[in-house]
Amino acid sequence: MTTTATSHRTRPPAQPDSLRAKRLPWYAAPAIAVAALALSAVIVYGTGIGGPVLVVVLGAILYLVGLFAAANAVEGRRSARNRTWSALIHSAFVLAVLPLVSVVWTLVSKGADRLDVNFFQTSMNNIGARDANGGAYHAIVGTLEQVGIATLITVPLGVLCAIYIVEYGRGKFAFAIRFFVDVMTGIPSIVSGLFVLAFWVLIVSPWFNDGRPSFSGFAAALALSVLMLPTIVRSTEEMLRLVPAPLREGAYALGVPKWKTILRVVLPTALPGIVTGVMLAIARAAGETAPVLLVAGGGAAINTNPFENSQSSLSLFVYQQAGDASKYAPARAWTAALTLVALVLILTIAAKLLARRNRLSR
Amino acid sequence: MGDTPHRSADAGTGGTRVTQSHEWPAGASARVAEAPVSTRSPGGTGLGGGGALPRSRRFGAERAFRGLTLAAGTAVLVIIAAIAIFLVVKAVPALHANTENFWSYEGWSPNETEPKFGIGALAFGTVLSSALALLMAVPVALGIALYLSHYAPRRLGTALGFLIDLLAAVPSVVFGLWGRDVFSSPVRDFSVWLNQHFGWIPLFGGDGPFGASVMLGALVLAIMVLPIITSLSREVFLQTPTANEEAALALGATRWEMLRTAVLPYGRPGIIAAMMLGLGRALGETIALALTLGITFGISFNLIQNGGNTIAANIANAFGEANETGRGALIASGLVLFAITLIVNITARAIIYRRREFTESAA
Repeated sequence: MTTTATSHRTRPPAQPDSLRAKRLPWYAAPAIAVAALALSAVIVYGTGIGGPVLVVVLGAILYLVGLFAAANAVEGRRSARNRTWSALIHSAFVLAVLPLVSVVWTLVSKGADRLDVNFFQTSMNNIGARDANGGAYHAIVGTLEQVGIATLITVPLGVLCAIYIVEYGRGKFAFAIRFFVDVMTGIPSIVSGLFVLAFWVLIVSPWFNDGRPSFSGFAAALALSVLMLPTIVRSTEEMLRLVPAPLREGAYALGVPKWKTILRVVLPTALPGIVTGVMLAIARAAGETAPVLLVAGGGAAINTNPFENSQSSLSLFVYQQAGDASKYAPARAWTAALTLVALVLILTIAAKLLARRNRLSR
Repeated sequence: MGDTPHRSADAGTGGTRVTQSHEWPAGASARVAEAPVSTRSPGGTGLGGGGALPRSRRFGAERAFRGLTLAAGTAVLVIIAAIAIFLVVKAVPALHANTENFWSYEGWSPNETEPKFGIGALAFGTVLSSALALLMAVPVALGIALYLSHYAPRRLGTALGFLIDLLAAVPSVVFGLWGRDVFSSPVRDFSVWLNQHFGWIPLFGGDGPFGASVMLGALVLAIMVLPIITSLSREVFLQTPTANEEAALALGATRWEMLRTAVLPYGRPGIIAAMMLGLGRALGETIALALTLGITFGISFNLIQNGGNTIAANIANAFGEANETGRGALIASGLVLFAITLIVNITARAIIYRRREFTESAA
């Protein structure tokens, strides 16, 4: 193989150097980098204004300046710009990866401390400041129930709303709904928590609870629904639009009424995409702390009834433990954070894999 | 033509067999198909034409389904209206009880017998920290997005893009915890260094303590919104028509010139949308800031001293010991936050809708 490949390749005819654009030699960039680092080390330690971090930062700046100057002298201004921007873009990447890697590393290393069976089997009931035990069982129960109820509320509502926008809605009203779904995407989570606090906890729930406001998991589920609804509507809407028109027309031509076409032809075709959107919405809702903090009550005991008494959730548990003065609290917080991230990431990855298998692609 | 009368009886249904196999054929129910055709069609022959189609029924499944979807669509409008209404209803009594000016007073003590609270410092802190975060995050995020879409090898770019999408899903409380437990000490060292050497600039002045400052909060916010802005703008950059890029390269543009003349103008509405989405996220962010800011009530441009506060973080912090008026006051502050984010969002959406003809997928 190699011999045939080389035998067909002919050397380009030698060009006179005057016709070629001048280029920096390959060793120029590393050489400039070393020189820049050395110069910055001399400056920093010579004047005594900082440590190794400053050397690297100043070195990077000097490297960019030096690279621009060298390329400008040899290759011309356009090429110099190209090289500098390319270096900037690469350094932006490195700059952003550092903290994100640090987050992941801390999460794994600190979260592993309390990653034991006990953590997943106990609640924080009767756990004092000096007890090293205690776990997140109640919080996991709370998260699952709240997110489950929120999903039950939002999926039918969101899918029907998307069907209206795509299939039936015409004119200004449909446009208004679309616009406000977009606007609703940007509602801060704490505002949805306050809304449910004002509406459900303070006004509606006293009717069932002898006139006293009742904090409950269901209220948290309501707040999460407000956050999930626009996400689900948007993703479903996009998927419905991707369903090929000939499928619908074929059904109409066979005499199938519109509603049946939508339920039997359009929705099944778009189903994988819709499920992906729902899973992403669930993942986002599971990580929300603020609304749960305001309306769920954050109890320390296991409470499987979402309609009565206070519940906690994993993200709220992390926040509570982060604010706890006990010396065992940080370990619990990090382990709960690791559990939460694992839950969210599993959902997200599953959703993305499902999306990849989706036959409707953009 | 011998079978014409038979067919005309089922005109519009596509034939008897279809009628039998479908419980509810388009354009006809069993009752309508039985009705004498000649009375309903203008020509009197019953051969085709709209006259053979049945009138739409008042209580059919079609109507019911359409009504159901319409109700679901209206629910969105109702929810938005309800959010505004209920927040106002609960906020007004507290605002009446307030003994200071809500807009200008710098402090938050609504639980006293003489409630005093003001939104000024909080709104200022919210806008300051979000703006700083965006200022730091946007250039870096665009750099990464360009790297992933146009510099990195294709496989690496796809894999890293997937990773960035995953990071966008990490809950904010995790970033807050990381910012408080891990990131605060390097930021404190950096703040002390800044104060030593650049203390003459008011932004970096003051005499400590440093650490739990606006800078820490804004940095954590920037790291949080970075994946969101990156993944959105990367998607837009990837959708640049290859023809545009190749045309630029064929005219002898360097890679950067190609990016500047073909990719960036094409993606501009998408970039604006991503920025606005990031801004909305930063404005409403609660827990990460509640964990990292040193809660104070004052308007100050000092970035490195302990301090800083935002509307959302204040709600999370003050909610625990709030009484009736206190809750009302917090709800009033939430209403202001709602208004701010609403303005930002509507502006962003208006920009996107106006430019939709250029890029279909920018939203």
